[in-house]
Amino acid sequence: MGRIGILIEVENNAVKETSLGVMTAAAGQEIYALVLGSETSSVKDKLAEYGAAKIVAVTAPGDFLSSPDLQSLAIAASVKEYDFEALLGTASVTGRDLYARVASILDEPLVSDCIEINIAEKTVKKSHFSGKIFASLRVNGSVLICTVRPNTIEPKASPAAGELLEFTADVVDPGLVKIVETKEGGTGKLDLISAPVIITGGRAIKAAENYTLLDACAAKIGAAVGATRAAVDAGYAPHSMQVGQTGKTVSPRLYIACGVSGAVQHFAGMKTSKVIVAINEDKDAPIFNKCDYGIVGDIFDVVPALTEKL
Amino acid sequence: MKICVCVKHVPDTAATIRLTGETGFEDSVIKFVVNPFDEYGVEEAVSLVEKHGGEVVIVTVGKAAAVATIRGTMAMGADRAILVKIDTQFLDSSLTALALKAAMDQDGLPDVIFTGKGSVDTENFQTQYRLARLLGVPVVNEISTLSIDDSKVIAEKETDGGERQLLEMELPCVIGVTKGLNEPRYPKFPDIMKAKKKEIREIDLSELGIDASEGRVVIEKLETAPERSGAKMLEGSVDAQVTELVRILKEDEKVL
Ligand SMILES: Cc1cc2nc3c(=O)[nH]c(=O)nc-3n(C[C@H](O)[C@H](O)[C@H](O)COP(=O)(O)OP(=O)(O)OC[C@H]3O[C@@H](n4cnc5c(N)ncnc54)[C@H](O)[C@@H]3O)c2cc1C
Ligand SMILES: Nc1ncnc2c1ncn2[C@@H]1O[C@H](COP(=O)(O)O)[C@@H](O)[C@H]1O
Repeated sequence: MGRIGILIEVENNAVKETSLGVMTAAAGQEIYALVLGSETSSVKDKLAEYGAAKIVAVTAPGDFLSSPDLQSLAIAASVKEYDFEALLGTASVTGRDLYARVASILDEPLVSDCIEINIAEKTVKKSHFSGKIFASLRVNGSVLICTVRPNTIEPKASPAAGELLEFTADVVDPGLVKIVETKEGGTGKLDLISAPVIITGGRAIKAAENYTLLDACAAKIGAAVGATRAAVDAGYAPHSMQVGQTGKTVSPRLYIACGVSGAVQHFAGMKTSKVIVAINEDKDAPIFNKCDYGIVGDIFDVVPALTEKL
Repeated sequence: MKICVCVKHVPDTAATIRLTGETGFEDSVIKFVVNPFDEYGVEEAVSLVEKHGGEVVIVTVGKAAAVATIRGTMAMGADRAILVKIDTQFLDSSLTALALKAAMDQDGLPDVIFTGKGSVDTENFQTQYRLARLLGVPVVNEISTLSIDDSKVIAEKETDGGERQLLEMELPCVIGVTKGLNEPRYPKFPDIMKAKKKEIREIDLSELGIDASEGRVVIEKLETAPERSGAKMLEGSVDAQVTELVRILKEDEKVL
């Protein structure tokens, strides 16, 4: 049984579901849940329930939470301190950023956005060419550093001791990059990358205010709302909602595409979703060749009906 | 101001990738383009130099065919380029970063280095960080708003959950950029003609003392991702269709 470090992401004092999925990817190993900062009490029970043998509050002297360099130096130091065989995390914006820094500091290989990981064999699988190809990779490093695509691994409870540890890394902030301000998203909407269900509106939505139709449906099932590039370019939705090759890559359990034609560049961002449903008025829309369930109809009729049934 | 833009030569995202052997693909029959994210870096660099003076140097590690891609960035306004030649599309990110650094060391270090947020072929999301580490300079990624004055840089990125972070650092630095930063220009015919005369210096990877076979992430197999074969179409009235859909999602697929 190897020791595996997992960077835990916390939001509103709760462990993100996507981090629990990463813990499940390391099931059977001795999991060290790494929490940045000194506050671990609010997440302790959840982490123990999902398999953390140890819960480590990782900090370093200095303005820890506003220095990504200091945070990654501390994570890198924890790899040495606990002699991790692997270091796993979520391929979120934060996870990708910190792990790229950590891998550079340690001069170890890194594989981003994996969809399968075999810790013992040091092999992983990930997408190449915007989801068109899967690559099986062998990673020849002394520690296996990977981020996992959110939602590709369903979290499963697997209780462990959850012993609380504190690790204050003996590192100095190089003073390179400083986070000077964090502005809230303000919309109160769910994060697309980690959302388990996504409802996307394409160009067919016709106006920014019509997204309320999707918001209503999303609110009922805890879904996030996405957009296509055509909808973003037309000014119906902000770029932060764009799914696809030049937007976000998502992999929810359920993806509902409303008035989306199914362009390759859109699919590049969502094709690894578990179940894809399309609603489109054109029975010959290309999306129907590439999804699981299809409804031919006007989104302005079908979506409200769906919202009511959910 | 001297600005380097790291530009990767990648297959057009609309291209069909035909695999050959265990780890190869047919690259002579498909269209290659500037990695879409890197294009925002080219645009930003060119408009900064238009405003403040200086030069834009493209640095590419790629096959000989990358020259065509580089010409495209020159038509957008880049002044000259360095192509570090390799004979694979899949050079390990650590080695790519070493090659980019070695090329910049030879040419003279820039004040700003732009990269894309990631490459759309191998989706490694790390070359910019490794390059910055080798150079000992700050790095930020996924930047969609930027201001550079004198030596200070303020960059904004969207993080998880729609939050926005303001990041501050000093020049020189590496900035990975993404959509939203600008609208890349379409080159006009005279610019395309002018680009043909601009200098592209070619170096072999081995001349930089780097061995392509020393990568630590090794591709064992490439396979075409399974495609969905076509949707099960629901039938009946709108009401009947959504009722059946909800049943399927709850009972058969168990995703609700
Ligand atoms: C380099 C590059 C990068 C790109 N990146 C992205 C990206 O990241 N994300 C992205 O999404 N796209 C991207 N695109 C654009 C992509 O090629 C498509 O243009 C885009 O995805 C189309 O969006 P759409 O499906 O909303 O619009 P359309 O293609 O216009 O499709 C609208 C669909 O809605 C249907 N419809 C219309 N009215 C109704 C109605 N009332 N009810 C039901 N159905 C209706 C129509 O039948 C049609 O199928 C990129 C393109 C390029 C070249
Ligand atoms: N072979 C390459 N040549 C030039 N720049 C590259 C190369 N590979 C990666 N980059 C740069 O690094 C960024 C991140 O790439 P990657 O780490 O491959 O996702 C890209 O957007 C490019 O700007």
